[in-house]
Amino acid sequence: MLTLSAYVYLYKMLNAPAEFASFVIIGGTMVAFWSNVLWNMSAQFYWEKETGSLEVYLVAPISRMAILLGMALGGIVNTTLRAAVILIAGTLIFQVPFMLQEPFTALLMFFLTIIALYALGMLFASLFMLYGREAWHTANLLQEPVYLLSGLYFPVNYLPFIIQILASLIPLTFGLDGIRRVIILGESITDTWLNVAVLVVFILVLLPFAKFALNYMENLGKKEGRLTLRWQ
Amino acid sequence: MSQSIETRDLTRIFKGKSETVKALNKVSLSIGEKEVFGLLGPNGAGKTTFIKILTTLLLPTSGEAHVDGFNVVKEADKVRKIISLVSGGETPGYGILSVRENLWFFSQLYGLSSAVAKEKIKGLMADLDFEEYANTRMAKLSTGYRQRLNLARGLLSDPKILFLDEPTLGLDVLTAKKLRSYIVDWAKKEAKGTVLLTTHYMAEADEMCDRVAIIDQGRILACGSPNTLKENLKENQIMKVETASIQADFGFIDKMVGVIGYSQTRNIQTGTTTLKIMVSDDEIFSKIMSELEKAKLKILAVNKTEPTLEDVYISLVGRGFEEGEAGTHA
Repeated sequence: MLTLSAYVYLYKMLNAPAEFASFVIIGGTMVAFWSNVLWNMSAQFYWEKETGSLEVYLVAPISRMAILLGMALGGIVNTTLRAAVILIAGTLIFQVPFMLQEPFTALLMFFLTIIALYALGMLFASLFMLYGREAWHTANLLQEPVYLLSGLYFPVNYLPFIIQILASLIPLTFGLDGIRRVIILGESITDTWLNVAVLVVFILVLLPFAKFALNYMENLGKKEGRLTLRWQ
Repeated sequence: MSQSIETRDLTRIFKGKSETVKALNKVSLSIGEKEVFGLLGPNGAGKTTFIKILTTLLLPTSGEAHVDGFNVVKEADKVRKIISLVSGGETPGYGILSVRENLWFFSQLYGLSSAVAKEKIKGLMADLDFEEYANTRMAKLSTGYRQRLNLARGLLSDPKILFLDEPTLGLDVLTAKKLRSYIVDWAKKEAKGTVLLTTHYMAEADEMCDRVAIIDQGRILACGSPNTLKENLKENQIMKVETASIQADFGFIDKMVGVIGYSQTRNIQTGTTTLKIMVSDDEIFSKIMSELEKAKLKILAVNKTEPTLEDVYISLVGRGFEEGEAGTHA
């Protein structure tokens, strides 16, 4: 909330349009999910390994994706509470303007963004499972650039074109853009169909890719003997 | 007797940046149904590697392994349905959940209905004497109770084959004894309750196992019932010598002709070293005693002992577990 407040006051000082504050509140809400994906969902297998639970999961006759889906669902439920507090408190404190016309489109956009984000988290989880320490550094490295590129605190279209192309590789960018357009600018599903389509493509690519990566990493771990090895 | 576990020339090599370690070297073993089988060896002998391959957590470099007839590499999914793994010193689960909640959570990994799971959890907690901790958070349990929880978790799914990796590691004598006797009872009670146990506690293997295999540096050195293995040593003399020194070098014993092997246990608190020396006849032992006297070592006690599994290990490797651990990889 403190970071959000700083951005809101900064935009007010710069006499930026009123929607900028709304952008910040929606961005801050989605930051909660991104942080959860990066630091909880992705690192879940890493922590399970450190506590000795990963071994139990891997010996059990269940799909690895089912474990990750369960973890993702838990993460979504927990983070939704936090995100809701940010959204409600931010809206009430800063009296930001919203022009929501199609709540179902907003919900669709939100769920598609969340599914795409957590699919990315599942992909990261397989990397963390085997490359704990290295993956940790990579997550650290990704945190701030993703904040910038996905437009969490300001619209991406203010960035140079080449950066916008880079940003489009992150599902959060399209999701956030879609959610903002529907909630803040009052756009409809016909105006934001491209965001919906891109998010669906992200989901269709990321989920099977996460499954493939998980299988690949598990087999590699078994081959190299590092699957349940700690402190790596 | 049909075979629960069968391995043929099972080999596992770990390639590191600077060294290559052969953790298992052509291990061939057959373990029958309802058998409590112990794999006995010092740290780094290859016990955990063996169990990890059989529980589908590790791929072998070469050779084959079958669990209940299923190939552990090609039919890993089928293997996982009938096995369970309990590792000593590990506390899988979630500290903020209670004992009952943790067990219920793990039961769901095996698709148990909630009602069946709750019934089983109640039964296992009663059998393992920790019912009063049912609603205690796992984080607040002592090591002994955590291991009871761990064992209960392993038995929830009624595994056909139970793998126990050092199940009593770090436990107090009473808890270890309780768990040992429960595991043996479980194996005898279940229709096909095969147990593969790894341990470096000789007495544990002796007490629990129908058969044991002694493993060192990835090789199986001997396999048989504890009694048979000990019987083979009847022709040798085993003496226990307690000396009032913890710094003396006893390396000369190993070089003497007729010495089959020896082990030394240093006790820093009492300032003594206990030697266990295995010789082919009494005369050699007299020579050793003279050497000890020449070295001006104070002898506190000398006893003749009956062979134990430790002596079997000494006779095969020429040293005890303690000395082996210092120089062994993996």
